[in-house]
Amino acid sequence: MIGGVAWSTLGDLTLRHLYLAGLPLLIGLVLSVPLGWLAARVRWLGPPLIAGTGLMYTIPSLALFILLPLVLGTQVLSDVNVLVAMVIYTVALLTRSVADGFASVPAPVRQAATAMGYGELRRVGAVDLPLAIPVIAAGLRVAAVSNVSIVSIAALIGVSQLGQLFTDGFNRNAMGPILVGIVACVALAVALDALIVLVATLLTPWSRRRVPA
Amino acid sequence: MIRFEHVTKRYPDGTVAVDDLSLAVPRGGITVLVGPSGCGKTTTLRMVNRMVEPTEGRITIDDDDITARPAAELRRSIGYVIQHAGLFPHRTVLANVMTVPRLLGWDRPRARTAAMEAIEKVGLTADQARRYPAQLSGGQQQRVGVARALASGPDLVLMDEPFSAVDPLVRADLQQEVRRLQRDLGITVVLVTHDIDEALTLGDSVAVMRQGGHLAQFATPADLLAEPADDFVASFVGKDRGYRALGFADVRVTPRAERSVQVGEQVRAGSGWVLVTDGSGMPLGWVDGTGWGGPVREDRLHRLGAVASPDDSARALLDAALSSPSGRGVVVADGRVVGTVTTQDVLGGLDRRHSVGSVGKDAEHTVGSVGVVEESGRVEGDAP
Amino acid sequence: MNQTVLMTWEWLTDPANWQGRGGILAQSLEHLRLSFVALLVAALIAVPTGLWVGHTGRLRWAAVNLTGAVRAIPSLGVLFVAVLLLLPRLRGELAFELPALIVLVALAVPPILSGTYAGVDATDPAARDAARGVGMTGGQVLRQVEIPGALPLIMSGLRSAMLQIIGTATIAAIVGLGGLGRFLIDGQASRQYDQMAGGAIAVAALALLVDQALALLQRVVVSPGLSSAARVR
Repeated sequence: MIGGVAWSTLGDLTLRHLYLAGLPLLIGLVLSVPLGWLAARVRWLGPPLIAGTGLMYTIPSLALFILLPLVLGTQVLSDVNVLVAMVIYTVALLTRSVADGFASVPAPVRQAATAMGYGELRRVGAVDLPLAIPVIAAGLRVAAVSNVSIVSIAALIGVSQLGQLFTDGFNRNAMGPILVGIVACVALAVALDALIVLVATLLTPWSRRRVPA
Repeated sequence: MIRFEHVTKRYPDGTVAVDDLSLAVPRGGITVLVGPSGCGKTTTLRMVNRMVEPTEGRITIDDDDITARPAAELRRSIGYVIQHAGLFPHRTVLANVMTVPRLLGWDRPRARTAAMEAIEKVGLTADQARRYPAQLSGGQQQRVGVARALASGPDLVLMDEPFSAVDPLVRADLQQEVRRLQRDLGITVVLVTHDIDEALTLGDSVAVMRQGGHLAQFATPADLLAEPADDFVASFVGKDRGYRALGFADVRVTPRAERSVQVGEQVRAGSGWVLVTDGSGMPLGWVDGTGWGGPVREDRLHRLGAVASPDDSARALLDAALSSPSGRGVVVADGRVVGTVTTQDVLGGLDRRHSVGSVGKDAEHTVGSVGVVEESGRVEGDAP
Repeated sequence: MNQTVLMTWEWLTDPANWQGRGGILAQSLEHLRLSFVALLVAALIAVPTGLWVGHTGRLRWAAVNLTGAVRAIPSLGVLFVAVLLLLPRLRGELAFELPALIVLVALAVPPILSGTYAGVDATDPAARDAARGVGMTGGQVLRQVEIPGALPLIMSGLRSAMLQIIGTATIAAIVGLGGLGRFLIDGQASRQYDQMAGGAIAVAALALLVDQALALLQRVVVSPGLSSAARVR
């Protein structure tokens, strides 16, 4: 027990939280890469695409959780609502990051790759995308941290994860579970953040500092 | 006008940017501070308007210690131009140029009038005055920077690498513009550059500085080229300083009389290269009459090459001769051909001067005196 | 599904739900009032602090890391902690409003602070140097050059702070705060989905409207010379 919360409960809720915040992060990333590439590549499409996805971010999370069943035809208590909402927020944040990332690739590098005979798509995969990783990773870190925080609000509509500790604690007038929940949320956010930094560093060995001789 | 007395700038970490500098910058004209990066030239300049405060020593302007008044007040009385112009992006060109007059407390109409005058002086239009800096090219932005420095009519203008960020063609334009403005307004300009060519082109006097904030030599461009104080200055002014010195060397060369024809007139075959002018004597080009004869048509004209004026430097005269297809450089005064010079003429003139003194030593000679005839003019190409 | 959409539509278009003390109109105004009070207080704290950090360069690391750190803290948890801590110590109307307002302000400070700091920090060094060089005092550099230049980022800081506030104010209905969140929380409690969904639509619309209004304000206050539209033609 810690702060009136059983370890096993804490473990289960943390895993649920990771699933609800982490899976949308991956799906959102996969969706944002082509969207961000389009925004960076097609001049007239960029501003409306980024403004449009950004607009989704203005919808308060509780409202989005409640409205999605209306659109998706799902049950109010379904995980799917939370997952879809988090995908929407991830895409809203990441599309801009990915577009910025592609824009950060130096034009001479892109032109050199084209001159060597890369086709557009192959070049994007082999040259542009790897070089855009640092900027995309920065956006992904923001998305990961805010996803973890937002998911906890789903406790208000009865979807269980770490946020459930908040509502339980509040209903029982007990500070313990709330504090445990906050610490667990922050820890999860920090862990996800560190994981993204690690993966980005492994994927971009060229941007690491020179190894001392 | 500006006097540095044993001025030293030492930073807290121990680096000495300027070391015991004593220098008197004369009133009027352009004084250039030049040297490799890290020589303290920018620090020296920025100490004049107290953007940097010296650690030791004293700086006076017209015998007044610059620390006598508040720094901001001092700066408002001194024009300041920097490398990337440093325009305020949220203000229109006009509002940018109005900055100092407004800081000085001038009312809006007066500030606006002064700003518009300064904008016109630097060659920008009223339409451009309404734009924002981001809507102008780099060269135009730098012109706005100059206008902003001139708007309140300061006697002294400081320029820190003002042309380094613009492309070479625009740079040459801006250099001429600054030269002209300095002459027209009679102001004193102190300019920092790392480019020795710019220093020699623009400077009336040049202070060469070396690493560690030492003054290596303070002299006119001609003297720098002719008599570098030490190896550092010699190597800094460059390998071809002898050739460059020609730019400051005056030679006594009298142009030879040159026979010319006008378009439509006949050129006999075998008459060699013949100069073509218009009715007023302005040179148009050369025709090759070596193996060809007939009436001169426009499409027969070869390019003129560079044109020199009688009081030009040896470098300009030599360039005219070398770039002319006939080997005879055209000398023009008031838009009319006064004659031609050959490379032999110029080099001969230089040789004769060497027997008197070294190149550039007697820079005060304003030699271009067409009156001094050394060889009687002869009519070229008149032989057959 | 069609049934629920229809019910939500009926709830939203029923004039009875719009009027009166607890109606959509009154709750929208209450939501706006709370949000703007929180934004104003947060801006009064964050803008001067951000200007100071940006102008002097002091406490830079704190400004940089603050936003990221605060983003990781779940607002719902903090809200409950504030209420549990403060409720026994407060009386009357304030008891419901103050804890929530404190949390709203606390969450809104970091984005405004870092936006302001970043805006001042992003001032072109050449422009700042020129401003000092032509004889502006420190205050004049701040007022005439750094603040106008920082406005785009200050405004985007205000916009994201406002989104955060509106969203958190919605969930603060659970601790008794007024505003549109009441429909979501009360509808949940009484299992009336039409009321929940109708309230959610109203909140989303309010958030979009306020954000667009701030975007419009941004266009008015930011010099055209700073917008990306003003480029070399």
